[in-house]
Amino acid sequence: MEKREMRAVYAQTLIELAKTNEDIVILDADLMHANGAFAFAKAYPERSFNVGVAEANMVGVAAGLSSVGKIPFASTFGSFAGRRDYDQFFISANYARLNVKLVGTDPGVTAKYNGGTHMPFEDLALMRAIPKLVILEPSDPVSLGKLIRKSASYYGCVYLRMQRSPASVLYPESEEFEFGRAKVLREGSDAVLFALGSVMVNESLAAAETLATEGIRAAVVDMVSLKPLDVETVVAQAGKTGRVVTCENGQASGGLSSAVAEAILESGVRAGFARIGVKDEFGEVGTVEYLMERYALRAQDIAAAVRSLA
Amino acid sequence: MLAAQSLELRKDILSLIKRANGGHTGGCLSSIDILVGLYFHALRIDPAMPRDPGRDRFVMSKGHSAEGLYCVLAKAGFFPALVLEQYGRFDSTLYGHPTMNVPGVEMPTGALGHGLAVGVGMALAAKRDGASYRTFVLMGDGEQAEGSVWEAAMAGSHYGLDNLVGIVDYNGLQISGKVDDVMRLSPLGDRWAAFGWKVVQIDGNDMGQVIGALDSVPAKAGSPTLILARTIKGKGVSFIENQVAWHHKVPTDEQYAQAMRELDTAIASAREARV
Ligand SMILES: Cc1ncc(C[n+]2csc(CCOP(=O)(O)OP(=O)(O)O)c2C)c(N)n1
Ligand SMILES: [Mg+2]
Repeated sequence: MEKREMRAVYAQTLIELAKTNEDIVILDADLMHANGAFAFAKAYPERSFNVGVAEANMVGVAAGLSSVGKIPFASTFGSFAGRRDYDQFFISANYARLNVKLVGTDPGVTAKYNGGTHMPFEDLALMRAIPKLVILEPSDPVSLGKLIRKSASYYGCVYLRMQRSPASVLYPESEEFEFGRAKVLREGSDAVLFALGSVMVNESLAAAETLATEGIRAAVVDMVSLKPLDVETVVAQAGKTGRVVTCENGQASGGLSSAVAEAILESGVRAGFARIGVKDEFGEVGTVEYLMERYALRAQDIAAAVRSLA
Repeated sequence: MLAAQSLELRKDILSLIKRANGGHTGGCLSSIDILVGLYFHALRIDPAMPRDPGRDRFVMSKGHSAEGLYCVLAKAGFFPALVLEQYGRFDSTLYGHPTMNVPGVEMPTGALGHGLAVGVGMALAAKRDGASYRTFVLMGDGEQAEGSVWEAAMAGSHYGLDNLVGIVDYNGLQISGKVDDVMRLSPLGDRWAAFGWKVVQIDGNDMGQVIGALDSVPAKAGSPTLILARTIKGKGVSFIENQVAWHHKVPTDEQYAQAMRELDTAIASAREARV
């Protein structure tokens, strides 16, 4: 499967948008080289602000820029985007009803050797508690590009959780994406895997493949958007299959698993339920493969979770 | 022989980073003389009793220079040198940033901007309890952009913490360029002084000056001390010195061999000069 570097898509898409939209600006906190924003800064130096190692300041400044009509995209590691910026993002951006796009890179185990300080397991739960915020985790380069464009044309705050390393292309260029619209990547009648982000969507597809050889037909849904959640698809799939597994690259509480469980319980549909994700632990160090084993995020863990739901 | 000691440790750091194929090379080499001055001269610590309540506290606020800290802690005897070989392996206790699993580490750091506030708390407790231990916090200059540094700076002087020593590894570089180009810091000494700290300016790669500064604290009774240590990022290896690109970079085999040669030569002359 073709792979493309996500951070290159991020920078390239913003460069394209900036050609026709004068208001697009970017901010970063000393990590432009890591997350790709550097390419934009080269193309549009006068529209790029590297504020130094000062993430909270970055988001406050982004809010100010937004209040006078700019469309700021501010990026840093997801750990700092969630924890360090939270109050500024909550109040000065969201509560103020402004238009700030916050990009958190290196989601979950993709922070690899940086360890617990740098490994965002909690950002989804934190962000989900902010009213009206749009939360996206694109699973591939095509959806990333499309969702950046949507975010730019939408007035309101967005949290974009973005893997920066290469990710497999899952969609044709013509595919369109909406906030709050999941994509059913594979139909199935026996179980449904609700997955978020490149790592978990790809593992879920592999798990469904394995299960198919055992005669278990598992549907795979790329959630795309954690908030708003595609409640309609979630409830329909849960009702149809009766077995639900949520798959997220972070704490399995407060984020995707909680959102899906809330939607299903409120709908009155009853289904078996299991969570794939980090179970109340801090980040550690290792390769992505090792950490996925460590936190039981692999295809085989997903398949086992499906089997465990009688 | 502390100068020779930090040259030896530079070799340890490079071999650790080479073996693990990753590490914050530049900032480790700029700050190693300060760490040597602390661990082998100034700090009142006993590696056999890493949790002794009366020990001096050291917080490595620039936690990304973990490789340097690990090499120093091993050399000081907090854990066997063999443990260093695990660095960068997934089953290791030595992460890319210091954690509480490592004997001798006082605080988990790595998210910049945390250390000084914690140091204020440690020093404040010593004042309240009448304890005689001192607290030292090492920060980066890029790190100075974090607002939390200045919140703690205000608190340090407000509480009159002359048992607290902040040290800035003033190497002039951060990841994305020169510190003064990214977010101007100068006049850094004046800024700390304006926040009520007694500022001591030194060459942080000159062991004599490092020790002199550490021996002179508190530089002023009733005030926290800020040692502004001018350093060279990558100090000790010609092609790493002052290069932005070496913030996080691994030497090739050739570069590694050259670095070792340069350091061996420097060690020989330091031994000769008995420094
Ligand atoms: C809160 C936070 N933001 C960003 C980073 C990523 N980061 C690691 S090192 C570094 C640059 C630090 O520069 P400086 O303090 O000058 O360190 P030194 O030059 O001594 O290596 C950055 C931005 C981090 N570790 N913590
Ligand atoms: Mg620096």
